[in-house]
Amino acid sequence: MHEHRDYEGAKIGMWLFLFTEVLLFGGLFLLYAVYLHRYPAEFHAAGKDLSRIFGTANTIVLITSSLCMALAISALQRGKVVLSQRLVLLTVTMAGVFLVNKFFEWSAKIGHGIYPDSPALLKLPPGEMVFFNLYYLMTGLHGIHVIIGAAVLMYGWHLMRVGRVTPEHFVFLENGGLYWHLVDLVWIYLFPLFYLVV
Amino acid sequence: MSADAHDHPNFFQPLPGTKGGIASWIFSTDHKRIGMLYLYCIVAMFLVGLTLGFLIRLELIAPGRTIMGQQTYNALFTLHGVVMIFLVVIPSIPAAFGNIFLPIQIGAEDVSFPRLNIFSWWLYVTGAVLAVVSLVTGKGAPDTGWTFYVPFSAVTTTNVDVAVVAVFILGFSSILTGLNFITTLHRLRAPGMTWTRLPLFCWSLYATGWIQVLATPVLGITVLLIFVERVLGVGLFDPSRGGDPILYQHLFWIYSHPAVYIMILPAMGVISEILPVFARKPIFGYKMIAFSSLAIAFAGSLVWAHHMFVSGMSDTAVMVFSFLTFVVAIPSAIKVFNWVSTLYKGSIRVEPPLWYALAFIFLFSIGGLTGLVLGAAGTDVHVHDTYFVVAHFHYVIFGGLGFGLFGAMHYWFPKVYGRMYNKRIANWSCLIAFVGFNILYFPMFILGLQGMPRRYYDYLPKYAEGHFISTMGSWVLAAGLLLMFWNLWRGIRHGKPVGRNPWGGATLEWTVPSPPPHHNFEAEPVVTHGPYDYTGVKPDA
Ligand code: HEM
Ligand SMILES: [Cu+2]
Repeated sequence: MHEHRDYEGAKIGMWLFLFTEVLLFGGLFLLYAVYLHRYPAEFHAAGKDLSRIFGTANTIVLITSSLCMALAISALQRGKVVLSQRLVLLTVTMAGVFLVNKFFEWSAKIGHGIYPDSPALLKLPPGEMVFFNLYYLMTGLHGIHVIIGAAVLMYGWHLMRVGRVTPEHFVFLENGGLYWHLVDLVWIYLFPLFYLVV
Repeated sequence: MSADAHDHPNFFQPLPGTKGGIASWIFSTDHKRIGMLYLYCIVAMFLVGLTLGFLIRLELIAPGRTIMGQQTYNALFTLHGVVMIFLVVIPSIPAAFGNIFLPIQIGAEDVSFPRLNIFSWWLYVTGAVLAVVSLVTGKGAPDTGWTFYVPFSAVTTTNVDVAVVAVFILGFSSILTGLNFITTLHRLRAPGMTWTRLPLFCWSLYATGWIQVLATPVLGITVLLIFVERVLGVGLFDPSRGGDPILYQHLFWIYSHPAVYIMILPAMGVISEILPVFARKPIFGYKMIAFSSLAIAFAGSLVWAHHMFVSGMSDTAVMVFSFLTFVVAIPSAIKVFNWVSTLYKGSIRVEPPLWYALAFIFLFSIGGLTGLVLGAAGTDVHVHDTYFVVAHFHYVIFGGLGFGLFGAMHYWFPKVYGRMYNKRIANWSCLIAFVGFNILYFPMFILGLQGMPRRYYDYLPKYAEGHFISTMGSWVLAAGLLLMFWNLWRGIRHGKPVGRNPWGGATLEWTVPSPPPHHNFEAEPVVTHGPYDYTGVKPDA
């Protein structure tokens, strides 16, 4: 068995996979669009309940992490493996910050009794119920992607450590980075839809 | 064993220096072994689905209770649908024969991502096991129909959760196969294998791959939504919580209509391989056939709402979707005309694969034409959710994909096993299955026009005759299929050995030994002519 490496092929595969992720979220964005069209006033009212401070903080964290990731890849390509490893760790740390932040945000809402199927939620007008259900679903699914992305990046870090990702063979890390940019991108759409719609 | 076979063991034999055994199969990254794993699983699941269908038919032989109660009946038709659609027809030709032959047909050693390939088989097996688990755990087998329509699927106490997770995993498996094929076709074609020298089977897999990648994620999110709707009470499709059940139908069909092209396009690819070989003539309109695959993939993505004409859309939407549905018929018709033209004035050699291909053309044409009846909003309102629909999709899916799959099995059998089945029995089983098929499904058109609704456990006496004939047909069909499988099984063990090219095909797979060796080609082939250029190609058996 000889190993064959096909840089272009690996990239094509990754881009196709990213398409499927976009479409997965696309289904939810479609629902969001239809319901926003149906309940503009309720979405407006419910959106006010979300903390713009948390949302903005998380947006900044994610965008910065994306930048770190891009720097990590260019560092690796220029042969600076240690720097690249550090930048990857920084990225993953920021993923952690994002999740902790999200955890507090969700806890606060849940503390107020607002979560799917909760008695308090069921008393709200239908449009607001839909808003919060979508909020939990979309940010929840996004959160799962943050976790997966962080795990992938950690694995990339491990591969650098054992010398399987190197300045010559960096496609794994590059694809992991692409995935991370997608996670970031999805958030950049979620943020205005939920926090700024008011 | 000859010295040659020792240096180049075929892919059934262990690689030199290894012991083989089951692990060398289920962890294999060889596309041929993975394809075979799929093939055996799919045949097994087909037999399960066949048995379920047979039992449903038996229950319907006479009005009233015959062999089972209502709840069992609901569970059986749901399972029959889930097994047939998600476990048999969607993976069937691409995952089994696509895996085995796509790399060989383009002169490659393997697919682009061999490890992803075996991973997607593992996902398939996981999904299949979960689907079976959903039967025997929880509070009874799912009874929603394979479409999992809300609101019923959100409230029924049966084991829908496990079933939708199974579907999600199967969808993921399908995505990875499609992604792998697209990349492989872009990257690993041998020197000289230009896009216009690509066998049409590969073209059809290319179009299929795009649908798998672009449509399946929508199914993923849809079944995920059912899951959270049930488990967490997120009422996105529940009107009492501001949701809208019609949106479920939109999301579901945005995937599931294109999915019927995932089912049928690869079968069309198989037919396009078989016909020219047995007519000894280049296929008529190569470019039109290749192009029409892409056109079907594209236009087919725009017609989903023809499943929803009666569910309360605006009249404008109904007109638009009705029109678009008619548009998809054009590329399908182009293919049929090209196939028939290929046969015209060919020097036809009648062999079993050709019979299956002809059965395909006949049955698919009936299915396609009756599809127009359903696509026209006016007539659809009359026959919606009646047996007319059941007849239509069995003609398309079973008559099309099913007979395409059987055709593929007979066409590539000698290549895979290096042996030949009994051709006379193969012809007979094709004929019996074909006759049985028509007795089984044709009466359903009439029942549907008379108003017999689908998925009903019981019916009025006026439908009794049609149902009785149909059940008779199911026995004939089952007999034909069992004969076919038995014959193939016997061929694997006792068939007459054959050489490289028993049919005289001009595509690359016929230039390698039968069965192919582990790495397919002794040296990377250089392609100098098209796939249907038979000058100088002679059958060797
Ligand atoms: C490739 C082969 C087949 C495929 C893909 C297939 C697929 C399907 C699907 C998708 C359904 C719809 C289930 C639903 O509406 O919930 C269905 C229903 C049914 N099938 Fe099949 N089937 C196949 C073969 C058979 C066979 C061999 C038989 C009989 C021997 C059979 C008998 C039935 C019956 C009686 C129904 C119930 C129709 C209803 O009441 O809605 N099918 N099939
Ligand atoms: Cu359709």
